[in-house]
Amino acid sequence: MNKTFGITVDNISVTYNNGHLALYDASCTIQPGQITGLVGPNGGGKSTFFKCIMGFIHPNQGRVHIDGLGIKQAQKKQLMAYVPQSDEVDWNFPINVSDVVMMGRYGYMNMLRIPRQKDRHLVTESLARVGMSDFRSRQIGELSGGQKKRAFLARALAQEGQIILLDEPFTGVDVKTEKRMIDLLLQLRDEGHTILVSTHDLTSISTFCDRVILLNRTILASGTTEEVFTEDNLAMTFGGLPTVNLGLSSQKKSKSKPLNY
Amino acid sequence: MSDLFNWFSTPLQYAFMLKALWVSAFVGVVCAVLSCYITLKGWSLMGDAVSHAVVPGVVVAYALRIPFAIGAFIFGFGATVAIGYIKSKTRLKEDAVIGIVFTGFFALGLVLATKIPSNIDLFHILFGNVLGISPQDIVQTLIAGILTLGIILLRRKDLLLFCFDPNHAKAIGLNTQLMYYTLLSVLALTIVTALQTAGIILVIAMLVTPGSTAYLLTDRFDRMLIISVVTSVLSCLLGVYFSYYLDVSTGGCIVVLMTLLFIAAMVFAPKYGMLGQSWMRRESK
Repeated sequence: MNKTFGITVDNISVTYNNGHLALYDASCTIQPGQITGLVGPNGGGKSTFFKCIMGFIHPNQGRVHIDGLGIKQAQKKQLMAYVPQSDEVDWNFPINVSDVVMMGRYGYMNMLRIPRQKDRHLVTESLARVGMSDFRSRQIGELSGGQKKRAFLARALAQEGQIILLDEPFTGVDVKTEKRMIDLLLQLRDEGHTILVSTHDLTSISTFCDRVILLNRTILASGTTEEVFTEDNLAMTFGGLPTVNLGLSSQKKSKSKPLNY
Repeated sequence: MSDLFNWFSTPLQYAFMLKALWVSAFVGVVCAVLSCYITLKGWSLMGDAVSHAVVPGVVVAYALRIPFAIGAFIFGFGATVAIGYIKSKTRLKEDAVIGIVFTGFFALGLVLATKIPSNIDLFHILFGNVLGISPQDIVQTLIAGILTLGIILLRRKDLLLFCFDPNHAKAIGLNTQLMYYTLLSVLALTIVTALQTAGIILVIAMLVTPGSTAYLLTDRFDRMLIISVVTSVLSCLLGVYFSYYLDVSTGGCIVVLMTLLFIAAMVFAPKYGMLGQSWMRRESK
């Protein structure tokens, strides 16, 4: 791993077409080579924040850059890997696990996307790393919740992105798989990856996040886990609810407008 | 046995039948390939919109004495651009925008067709006329079809990624805007290809049904392509025969056969068919 990259979010605001203000005046830096947890209530703008960083939506104001590089340039250099939320994926699509992981390599291939030796090797290696080698020929809908997440994490590994974003990676995942994924994230961090994880599950944050960003429509606090992940801050972020209930808070999400494509 | 042989061989002595058979089979292949992508992308309604929107293009092209394919392509593609534009500028939902744009284009086509004096037969535009297809029209069908197959062949992996996970495509720095318009152009080209065979009203069936049938039969995209092409070509060839013997609409026959194959798949598909699913439910009880 030659260089680590941080992300700078500079005063971004997002208003959707229906007039809904999802995010305003959000500024923060995501430190290179660390795991940052993005925490906030459902509907608090976590997904919008992610989509701005990935360039899926363009903020009405402000900008995001990766050590001075624009998002598009960073993506062209294969710096950014994205592990989507489960409900963003069409699980009935006629595609198997290794094909999904191979898609992580498309950015390195020629126009026709013909895999070379190295691509095949990295797919095999990434699948082994997440413990999914035995499932490589499975259609993606035939996997359990945890296996689905691991398949997409393998795609991110195959992409060799220095920055990895995971949107709600622990939803619908059993405790054992969660533990295993966290171990893998810690390994990746030690190899120099910059990792951003969004979650509304507060229990595991302090076990693996170096830093935390608290988000509810704007950034309420950002810093090391010890500094930021306090009872008072959480109460402020989640609107004064007792924190014990937060992990169980309802699953309903305010869906942002899906992209046209 | 020889009766069956005669049933198939007798019509082949007529040049117009031979022509209708191979043109339909060719159109069947092109539509079937694209139909896999359209089914997975969920663009059936978009296909319907494009097919209706080409009518004014065909009429104008005839009036200006340019190849009908060019007029049809411009209007078909123009309609999709209009849909995208209106959607981004208003708060309307996509289905409403599609409904407004394609009926608007189609109505304009009807007005023009009944006003501009020309020898085009509106009935042939709407319902196809492969038995009476002219050599010039065959050339246009071939060019549009070969272009379509060429583009899909070269971009097949990107298009599949675009159907499956456009966000990932963006994340690895691919130009999804370009893919969006590539798929739309290919859709418009395919509709131009199928115009003479199936007609505007039924072309959408050729773009949705084979892919849907195949989707019920397999979990692998490469097999889906093969099944789609086989069912489509089979329906096209048999459809031409039936239309010859029964003296009925060719496009109609082709689509009825496709639909029958779809129903068969819906009932009998091993994993996703109705019988298979109820059997699996019983097993799991």
